Amino acid sequence: MSRESFDRELQELKRSLFQVTSEVRKNLAASVKYLDKRDMQGAAMIIESDEIINLKCLEIEEQCLNIIATQQPVATDLRLLFSVLQISTEIERIGDYAKGIARISQKIGPGKLIKPLTSIPRMQEIAGQMLDDAIRAFTEDDEKAARNIPARDLQIDVLYNQVHRELITFIMEKPSNIEQTMMLDWVAHNIERVGDRVVNICERVIFTVTGIPVDLN
Amino acid sequence: METERTENTRMMTENFSLFYGSFKALNNITIKIPANRITAFIGPSGCGKSTLLRSFNRMNDLIPGVITTGAVFLDGGDVAREDVVQLRKKVGMVFQRPNPFPKSIFDNVAYGPRLHGTKNRSDLAVLVEKSLKRAALWEEVRDDLHKSGMSLSGGQQQRLCIARAIAIEPEVILMDEPASALDPVATLKIEELMNELKKNYTIAIVTHNMQQAGRVSDYTAFMLTDEKRAGNLIEIGPTKQIFTTPSDSRTEDYISGRFG
Repeated sequence: MSRESFDRELQELKRSLFQVTSEVRKNLAASVKYLDKRDMQGAAMIIESDEIINLKCLEIEEQCLNIIATQQPVATDLRLLFSVLQISTEIERIGDYAKGIARISQKIGPGKLIKPLTSIPRMQEIAGQMLDDAIRAFTEDDEKAARNIPARDLQIDVLYNQVHRELITFIMEKPSNIEQTMMLDWVAHNIERVGDRVVNICERVIFTVTGIPVDLN
Repeated sequence: METERTENTRMMTENFSLFYGSFKALNNITIKIPANRITAFIGPSGCGKSTLLRSFNRMNDLIPGVITTGAVFLDGGDVAREDVVQLRKKVGMVFQRPNPFPKSIFDNVAYGPRLHGTKNRSDLAVLVEKSLKRAALWEEVRDDLHKSGMSLSGGQQQRLCIARAIAIEPEVILMDEPASALDPVATLKIEELMNELKKNYTIAIVTHNMQQAGRVSDYTAFMLTDEKRAGNLIEIGPTKQIFTTPSDSRTEDYISGRFG
């Protein structure tokens, strides 16, 4: 016996999660791009679109609750739903980090940055790729991929430390740079946190597939 | 053969097979039923779970042509060697449909103790009250003990049958789908009652309702027929584990409703 409508609901749920993740992924990349290009309109668009992302995450939560209430899922199905709930929270927070970067961009204003961005876009690329791969691992139940992705978080951490040290030298050279320097440090910090959130998603993928809770951080 | 008596195993089977004539209905089942716990048997129709349950107090002896191999133990003793009346005093049974005797509520509960030699009216009254209290029925019938057991509602009748089963102080209570003929409220009452009863008794329950197995049991055993239609034990484990991370994919398919 199969449970076609139930299986369809689970697939739809995975698809919804995948879609909202794509939007968050786009916002994350765009937030750093608009910061680099000093695009104030772009930053405003990100902030606005985050509202929609939040609503979509709430819809996913509601879908999960409806399925739990009506289908009495157990075992893998139950773990999947539990993971979707947790991953959607992680995705929603990653969306907030992108919005945070857009806000910082607005605060810095349209003028030139104290330095061209180099390591921060690189951090974003790694974190974004990790996010893509993690959500793919989730939709494909790929435990192996989920175990391999977190190693890349170390590269982000290394880059973050590098950015942090570099920005401190900027402050020492010219103390009047302090405000913008601290804001850029905050941008780098936001991306560093994205890496950690993606690691959490990988943990959820492993839990969904194996039933064993793991701590990869 | 005596098995080593362990502290927490009340009943067990060892390489137990059961045949109806030449048809093998149970295949080589080895299982432990822990004391003061509720063990639920789940599986599709015809998987042998009721047959196994009925083997615990030799109810299958009544069916002509039944042959068994292996053994069933109660407290380490082979049940095949017990006097069957004594065995069924220790291992009571509650059936799917409430089956009170066409007697008064009092006489339904007093029936077993009388059969086993308790004649004194006041001793019986104490036993009846205690049993009805344990079966969570006392408050509802205390003023109507002379009324017919058949006059009660379905849920009350089933609790009366439970009171009748525990009046003879069994060690184990076997329940074969005890709530499948009851409405949701009466079902919940029976489930609550089971939780109370396990303090004093060991309970084994057959149920088709997986949510019920999940709600009430401490251990869940999953059974399935093989290609020759013989019932096999696929796995037994703590209910939480069976319902979150079963180790056999057949269990997963069944409990998640994709099979059977």
